[in-house]
Amino acid sequence: MSADYAAIAPPSARRVRWSLDHADFLGSLLVAPAVLFILCLVAVPFFLAIYYSLSAYNMGTLSFSFVGLDNFIAVTKSEIFRRSLMNTLLFTVASNLIALVLGKIAALLLLREFRGRTVVRCLLILPWAVPVALAAITWRWMLDSMYSVINWVLVHSHLVPAYVWPNWLGEEGLAMISIIVIQAWRLFPFSAIIFLAGLTSVPKTIVDAAYVDGAGYWRRTFQIVLPVILPIMMVAMLFGLVFTFTDMSVVYLVTKGGPTNSTQVLGSLAFQVGILSGDVGRGAAISLYFFPFLLVATYFLLRYLRRREI
Amino acid sequence: MLRNFWKESGFVAALVGLLVFAAFPFYWMVITAFKRDSDLYNLDYNPFVFNEPPTLEHVNLLFNQTAFVRWVENSLIIGIAVVAITLVTAIPAGYSLARMGGRKAEGLGIGIFLTYLVPPTLLFLPLARVISLAGLQDSLWSLVLVYPTFTIPFCTWLMMGFFKSVPRAIEEAAIVDGCSLLGAFVKVILPVSLPGILTVVIFTFTLTMQEFIYALTFISTESQVPVTLGVATDLVRGDIFYWGSLMAAALIASVPFAILYNLFLDRFIMGITGGAMK
Repeated sequence: MSADYAAIAPPSARRVRWSLDHADFLGSLLVAPAVLFILCLVAVPFFLAIYYSLSAYNMGTLSFSFVGLDNFIAVTKSEIFRRSLMNTLLFTVASNLIALVLGKIAALLLLREFRGRTVVRCLLILPWAVPVALAAITWRWMLDSMYSVINWVLVHSHLVPAYVWPNWLGEEGLAMISIIVIQAWRLFPFSAIIFLAGLTSVPKTIVDAAYVDGAGYWRRTFQIVLPVILPIMMVAMLFGLVFTFTDMSVVYLVTKGGPTNSTQVLGSLAFQVGILSGDVGRGAAISLYFFPFLLVATYFLLRYLRRREI
Repeated sequence: MLRNFWKESGFVAALVGLLVFAAFPFYWMVITAFKRDSDLYNLDYNPFVFNEPPTLEHVNLLFNQTAFVRWVENSLIIGIAVVAITLVTAIPAGYSLARMGGRKAEGLGIGIFLTYLVPPTLLFLPLARVISLAGLQDSLWSLVLVYPTFTIPFCTWLMMGFFKSVPRAIEEAAIVDGCSLLGAFVKVILPVSLPGILTVVIFTFTLTMQEFIYALTFISTESQVPVTLGVATDLVRGDIFYWGSLMAAALIASVPFAILYNLFLDRFIMGITGGAMK
């Protein structure tokens, strides 16, 4: 491209020049730092986690010894683990479903032009924008056993009698409902904006053409709009599922897994066993139960990422 | 007419319901942060309004008797350092994946993006070991080391989308004019990609501020924690919650996020959908 310059430059400079002009080489060079970082701090730790899960590694003794699948067997047999697994599934599916429905409603509402729409959108985004730790601590105060504002409303609208109001975070079923609602609250703005972006990106000409051809509302929705926005919706939904399934923030901050493990999820259990109790081997074994789930999610993600047209 | 009326009412009801659900916790932060304790902890009062004059005592307590200011500084240090690391790795990577290497690059790009899915709850045990080997336990620098594991994949993907939306003709013109490939990237492409780079800065920063699990795992010294962890764990003394100052802290720390997200939302949507969705 700049042959004149290359001809008069000294040989070493020419070599540098050549390599920087060679797309393949330069391409690898530019991507290398990112790949190296990920290899060192994601891939290596991942294999380290597998190694830990196969050994009796304890913070207290600091001794490694290979124990095969003992950790996995012990973990799988434990009552708390099975309960956590079921809790995690319930927590994930329920909160994502609610978020999806609310997100869809919010998107449909925001699709209309009305006065104050920008302000409404700003307010609806808040739950997703704010750091989970700050939001969770606020919910904890709203669900306080004594001064819960929600209970105040319930009492004063005579739905529950005074002083026997529900103890949201202190009773098993209620605690689970609470963390599901909080997680749905965090997630629904994300699903709303993805829905909204999807809906507004469907070319109006296609929808109009279908309308002229006599397609009714449902037909337009399911056969025209949905197929176009499906890939990106699926990507967003899979992300929501993965983040909820592997998360422990809301649980740790609001209930700490209690009362009596009724809201314990896999993430918080791994934290408790691996970090707080120092049984790294078992903790790693619990964490690795995420892996098959991640694989399945990855498979579907790849399918939809490649099919993504909008 | 009647049908329209019901439709309108339904619309307004749904809107109001959703707004209350989404925004009420923030109203609750505000009103709690400025209420006197005697007002907060009185079951006979209506909790939605100030029954006694508002007060700044919780805010004062927060700034003068807790390490809140220090935590905010910690968060800023972590955020700035991670932004720097992310910029120097994710921008070149995004460019390389968008422009050089064809299908192979497409696969690698998706591969990098997918590492964003590997959760902290899977990596925190081995990373805790790595941190202690590096001598960084209980130091905020441990988070500077670890946070790029999720900011780099996310931002590489964002930048890849942005670079794909830059017309190739711009570089080709530069190369014809005698620029090297690298020169074209640095002198021509980077300047026109400033909006994308700014988005990466903002979102890296907010991602680091929002993280909770790694911070909880690696740091237990009060002087080293970022603001979110400090508020959620260190402001609680034993089992006693000082709700007034807790909510004041949550409120102050939330405001920047509310503003940034709303300002940059459209860019974010463009980024996450691969830049193809306009």
